[in-house]
Amino acid sequence: MSDPLVQVRDLEVHFPIRRGLLFSREVGAVRAVDGVSLDIDAGSTLGLVGESGCGKSTLGRAMLRLAPVTRGSVRFDGTDVAGLSGERLRSMRQNMQMVFQDPMASLNPRQSVETILTEPLRAHGIPYDATRVRRLLDQVGLPASAARKYPHEFSGGQRQRIGIARAVALEPRFVIADEPVSALDVSIQAQVLNLLDDLQEELGLTYLVIAHDLAVVRHMADEVAVMYLGGIVEQAGADDLYASPTHPYTRSLMSAVPVPDPAVEASRERIILQGDLPSPANPPSGCTFHTRCPFRQESRCHDERPELREVFPGHRVACHWAEEISSGAIGPHEVALTDLEAD
Amino acid sequence: MSRARTATRPDEPLLSVRDLSVRFGLRGQESFAAVDEVSFDINPGQHLAIVGESGSGKSVTALAVMGLLPSRGVQVSGEVLYRGTDLLTCDRRAMSRLRGSEIAMVFQDPMTSLNPVVTIGRQVAEVVQRHLKVSRSEAFERGVDLLTRVGIPDAGRRMKEYPHQLSGGMRQRVLIAIGLACEPKLLIADEPTTALDVTIQAQVLEVLKELVADTDAALLMITHDLGVVAGLCDDVRVMYSGRIVESADRDRLFAEPRHPYTGGLLRSIPRLDSPRGQRLTPIPGSPTQTIPWEQGCAFAPRCAHRADQCTDSAPPLEQSEGRALRCFHPLTGAASQQEAP
Ligand SMILES: Nc1ncnc2c1ncn2[C@@H]1O[C@H](COP(=O)(O)OP(=O)(O)OP(=O)(O)O)[C@@H](O)[C@H]1O
Ligand SMILES: Nc1ncnc2c1ncn2[C@@H]1O[C@H](COP(=O)(O)OP(=O)(O)OP(=O)(O)O)[C@@H](O)[C@H]1O
Ligand code: SF4
Ligand code: SF4
Ligand SMILES: [Mg+2]
Ligand SMILES: [Mg+2]
Repeated sequence: MSDPLVQVRDLEVHFPIRRGLLFSREVGAVRAVDGVSLDIDAGSTLGLVGESGCGKSTLGRAMLRLAPVTRGSVRFDGTDVAGLSGERLRSMRQNMQMVFQDPMASLNPRQSVETILTEPLRAHGIPYDATRVRRLLDQVGLPASAARKYPHEFSGGQRQRIGIARAVALEPRFVIADEPVSALDVSIQAQVLNLLDDLQEELGLTYLVIAHDLAVVRHMADEVAVMYLGGIVEQAGADDLYASPTHPYTRSLMSAVPVPDPAVEASRERIILQGDLPSPANPPSGCTFHTRCPFRQESRCHDERPELREVFPGHRVACHWAEEISSGAIGPHEVALTDLEAD
Repeated sequence: MSRARTATRPDEPLLSVRDLSVRFGLRGQESFAAVDEVSFDINPGQHLAIVGESGSGKSVTALAVMGLLPSRGVQVSGEVLYRGTDLLTCDRRAMSRLRGSEIAMVFQDPMTSLNPVVTIGRQVAEVVQRHLKVSRSEAFERGVDLLTRVGIPDAGRRMKEYPHQLSGGMRQRVLIAIGLACEPKLLIADEPTTALDVTIQAQVLEVLKELVADTDAALLMITHDLGVVAGLCDDVRVMYSGRIVESADRDRLFAEPRHPYTGGLLRSIPRLDSPRGQRLTPIPGSPTQTIPWEQGCAFAPRCAHRADQCTDSAPPLEQSEGRALRCFHPLTGAASQQEAP
């Protein structure tokens, strides 16, 4: 098999926390992304899930060099994106585009749809004509008449279509969709998900789909990575991950998603996590999940950070006890509320 | 406890909403009905869900029941009978006495309902003190108990903090604690977990479920998430564009949705437990494409079952086989379960 199109190695994005007005000095850092390695094969979709603040958007933005990389590398088609500048960075960017969560905030309200869609083409000095705009609109299921309208004249779902059209205008090879449907009404999410599916097929796109909704990611992705507090805690093929989630965080995340079926809801086991996500400015020692983990064991979980390692073929888990948890040798236990405030 | 409770007969619904309509628009201007002839009953201890998409009138319904709509530019008609008393016509003092003693509400955004400059402790203790007529220190003690009960670690310390010092999930739990402090007979929860992460949502729903069961309170749950409904509610009302379009008990509704909108919703959402890679069947168009109910079915512009009749007159809400439906051509039997896209 050929090399993955996108290769992320030991990526870190730390935002410095400064104190003091005149002589501001660094007093610490938010470890938004803290050592992430990922591969994405050409033509495939990697789904990235995790809760608010775990670093999903920052990871995506760093891959496009829209967030500062503290350490590590991002290779696109063999080239390290971090080392690029000027013309070479620009032509690389043509191949890597992003669809944003909030279609209203990401579209300039004073620009017509035509201007919005052709702006990236102008920026890259690519000639275009009205046919190109019409084809783009057609690709995302909007009528040609949309070209002369402004964002506020569209519904949320249509605006997201415009955002998607803008992202594919440059015929990129890789698209990061950051929460592409979470701002949309339930009844129109499916339209946008299907559109993303169709475009992938049509244009041979490679996707990174970021979402907090596991059902959305499961629907879209071939491979899924679960993120917690800046790190990947589990990664596997989508079917594998959803059939046998192994990391305690993945398990609780999955058990927390409500399923629109009363019979399923009545019979399923829930792992209810205690407490909130710790601050990425001050992550817990050892395994970052140990403050909330129902499977935590003394004292290794507290002391030693688990590596993301291949536990089963193609299935990577960052947990010291992945094998024991998977076989049932270690079961969940109560997490006392008092534990959460420790550290 | 010396709280006077209004008397009730066991066979009587706790809350009975009759033909509730809420129209917005200043006098002289054209008004529109955000809520249009909505009727439903909630029995003691029952868990009723109102589902529907953004703008369908769910929150306005809840606000009307609570008497919290602005007084200018709003016309409210119909009846909201709480144990036989019409809340729409009863005097303000009686209403505010009921609110927070027998009927409590939890909103989507806890920040808007907590006072940002008052400690959590004072806000919780105040409610306890007002309703249980206990001393200040006893109210504080009870406040700590309540916060512990909703799963807030180190509740004693948290009592001294301000709302912005708490995470969203904790704030929502504080609101639930406040809402349930007076052991209401009816809790109205408007999207109480929509702003929260899934694992925090699961915590909060669990707390809500437990407390509601412990106190035997009835629950009016407003949500757009059919998954939440499936796990929590006995009965469901589906709203579209201000009107109830389908009403059924939970099992019936999920097993056999009959309204094309309900069926469409259930088929369009990706599910954690459905075969992967299956193409979704979306509902075409968007909720903004609608026609006024006076002219026909508001869902008609998006409905695959639409016939001429649907845009000639409005379908009435009709009762049949334990459910109510507002549709001329409802989904039938097998079609409602597995309709070909
Ligand atoms: N420019 C920045 N400066 C400082 N901190 C930042 C910056 N951008 C993000 N962060 C912090 O980094 C962490 C990760 O943020 P990020 O937006 O990547 O999370 P996320 O997983 O995308 O969350 P959500 O699901 O809410 O979008 C958060 O704690 C956030 O506050
Ligand atoms: N104070 C108000 N003045 C004028 N119109 C209002 C007011 N409050 C609500 N509306 C309108 O009434 C309709 C119903 O709103 P409502 O808030 O009940 O929707 P909802 O079903 O709760 O939606 P969401 O899921 O977005 O919360 C909307 O069209 C809204 O714009
Ligand atoms: S390493 Fe320990 S604390 Fe971390 S997930 Fe595994 S069992 Fe839980
Ligand atoms: S009344 Fe007609 S348009 Fe409305 S939902 Fe029923 S079939 Fe569809
Ligand atoms: Mg994000
Ligand atoms: Mg609302």
